[in-house]
Amino acid sequence: MPGNNRIVLGVIGSDVHAVGNKILEMAFEEAGFHVINLGVMVSQEEFINAAIESDAAAILVSSLYGHGEMDCRGLREKCQEAGIGDILLYVGGNLVVGKRTFDEVEELFKKMGFDRVYPPGVLPEVAIKDLKKDLGL
Amino acid sequence: MKALLIDFGSTYTKVTLVNLDPPALVGTSRAPTTIETGLLDGLNKALEAFSPEQLDGITVKKACSSAAGGLKIVAIGLVPELTVKAAREAALGAGARVMATYAYTLSDEELDEIKELDPDLLLLSGGTDGGDRKNILENAARIAESGLSVPVVVAGNKSAASDVKKILEKRIPHVVVTRNVMPEINVLQVEPARRAIRELYLQEITKAKGLDVIQQEVGLAMPTPLAVMKAGELFNKISGKEVVIVDVGGATTDVHSFCDGRPRKSGIVLKGLPEPFAKRTVEGDLGMRVSLQTLLEVIEENDDLHALREYVDRIKRERSLIAANEREKYFDRIFATACIREALLRHSGQLKELFTPEGRLWIQQGKDLTEIDILIGTGGALVFADDAGSLLRAGLRLENPLQLTPRQPQLMLDHKYVLYAIGLLAEDYPETAEVLLQETLKSLGRI
Ligand code: B12
Repeated sequence: MPGNNRIVLGVIGSDVHAVGNKILEMAFEEAGFHVINLGVMVSQEEFINAAIESDAAAILVSSLYGHGEMDCRGLREKCQEAGIGDILLYVGGNLVVGKRTFDEVEELFKKMGFDRVYPPGVLPEVAIKDLKKDLGL
Repeated sequence: MKALLIDFGSTYTKVTLVNLDPPALVGTSRAPTTIETGLLDGLNKALEAFSPEQLDGITVKKACSSAAGGLKIVAIGLVPELTVKAAREAALGAGARVMATYAYTLSDEELDEIKELDPDLLLLSGGTDGGDRKNILENAARIAESGLSVPVVVAGNKSAASDVKKILEKRIPHVVVTRNVMPEINVLQVEPARRAIRELYLQEITKAKGLDVIQQEVGLAMPTPLAVMKAGELFNKISGKEVVIVDVGGATTDVHSFCDGRPRKSGIVLKGLPEPFAKRTVEGDLGMRVSLQTLLEVIEENDDLHALREYVDRIKRERSLIAANEREKYFDRIFATACIREALLRHSGQLKELFTPEGRLWIQQGKDLTEIDILIGTGGALVFADDAGSLLRAGLRLENPLQLTPRQPQLMLDHKYVLYAIGLLAEDYPETAEVLLQETLKSLGRI
């Protein structure tokens, strides 16, 4: 795939849910992306550092265990500080605990600076299509 | 057939004479290093300890050196935790003194600082292969324009390497491109850079440092720390044991470890850039004679702090001071213990406790040395101590379970002070080197 196809992938915070992460890695590789998979328990700094060294086009964050809001807050601002403020940020998984509608969750994470927010159980194909569109690939 | 192995150190020139067939140690000797009158003077002086018969039949001569400041490197990368760290590991593993490291785009002030540090070589990295190009290209241009004229080893993003070379070559006399120290995120690849550094050291840097005479006369092979490292590598290879070497010197304390250092228990997640199997750290602020001020800071408690300070002040005035009485010997033991403890702490990894919804988890950073088999002590402070064993034991006494320092290794002492010689022999005469290891490492028991 011509153009910048490098994406950084990982599960944020102290979240150890590893299965979805592996599936996402395979699906995005299959679709022609160069996936830099940081695995589970990834801090915001690690996402950013990896994106800088690899000059990645997007960061894909997973959060499964219910602390997504706390773990993801401030990521966009840190990217700005680090000089990669324009990088695409996607997030998905089981983002919050409790009875919030997905619309509310989506709005919350968009306010935090994420470009796309996905509901639980979304198929990787959906995000792959979005990413190709967003990157003009 | 005999081999003469030489270490041109900053204070002493040490020689080791070895029989190759059958392999055996003939003897060792040393004399003060003579920088002013030429290094060969000190060597000849040291050789006076041997009889003409003993010196007869020398077919192999090999030397290592840490004279003239050692091999001074400045390491440059992009992100501190990633390519900067990888470049630093590569330089340390080549036996260098890392004068400083720099991240992101070099500022004018930093370039001035580098000139001030007067390194022998720059190691320039940045970007994974196919990743960031901008940073390493920018830094190459800044280095080229800065007026610096030190050799540069380029070990960054391969997609930028040839452009980086073109930019540098306009101004810099020796530019060597080698493979990336971090080809992918969290993948460390230090060997190619280590080799490139060593080649450049032998071809260019020794000349610039006026060491070419000894290179012609006695075959300068590598910087001294690399020779010690090679001895450790050989020991690890032939014994299959995990080994740590602690080298306590007058100005620095070096630690080498030879093990993968991965987590020993389940429930521990390893984070960050992987550690090299053969890892070296140098603590420039921990030494027996030169860096005592910082050493004082890490000596927590002592009944005699006042007298200790006075002793330190006297040493500052007179570096070659030798402990004159029991009390000063006792102070020297405190220094040595502090050097060992602090250097091991900095070399080994830590666990960080994390409290998650379903219990505790641990993140490991750095190497787990808790279960290494053997700890070898070397360096003047240990080799010439009356009680190296108790110094090592005291240095190893650490209560913190989250610090992954060696717990119950078998202790050994390089009591003939020949690890460097073993390292010099390791590549071409591994059998002789092996015999020397067996002959000269003295067991001090377990902790
Ligand atoms: C297996 C499992 C565990 C295992 C994990 C083992 C491992 N190493 O992977 C263990 C037992 C360790 C575990 C622990 C916990 N778990 Co759990 N776990 C599960 C379970 C049953 C399956 C997860 C799984 O593998 N799914 C299969 C994969 C393929 O799906 P996925 O992870 O959702 O990922 C896909 C999509 O979500 C999406 N996706 C994910 N991220 C992103 C990101 C982007 C950008 C995009 C586009 C898409 C995307 O694509 C992925 C691939 O298709 C789920 C329930 C469930 N059925 O989902 C609970 C579940 C995730 N766990 C839960 C909880 C609460 C916990 C614990 C906090 C406590 C507990 N008592 O179990 C701890 C937390 C530990 C920690 N520190 O992380 C809750 C989370 C509640 C919430 N967020 O609202 C769940 C939903 C169960 C529940 N219904 O209560 N868990």
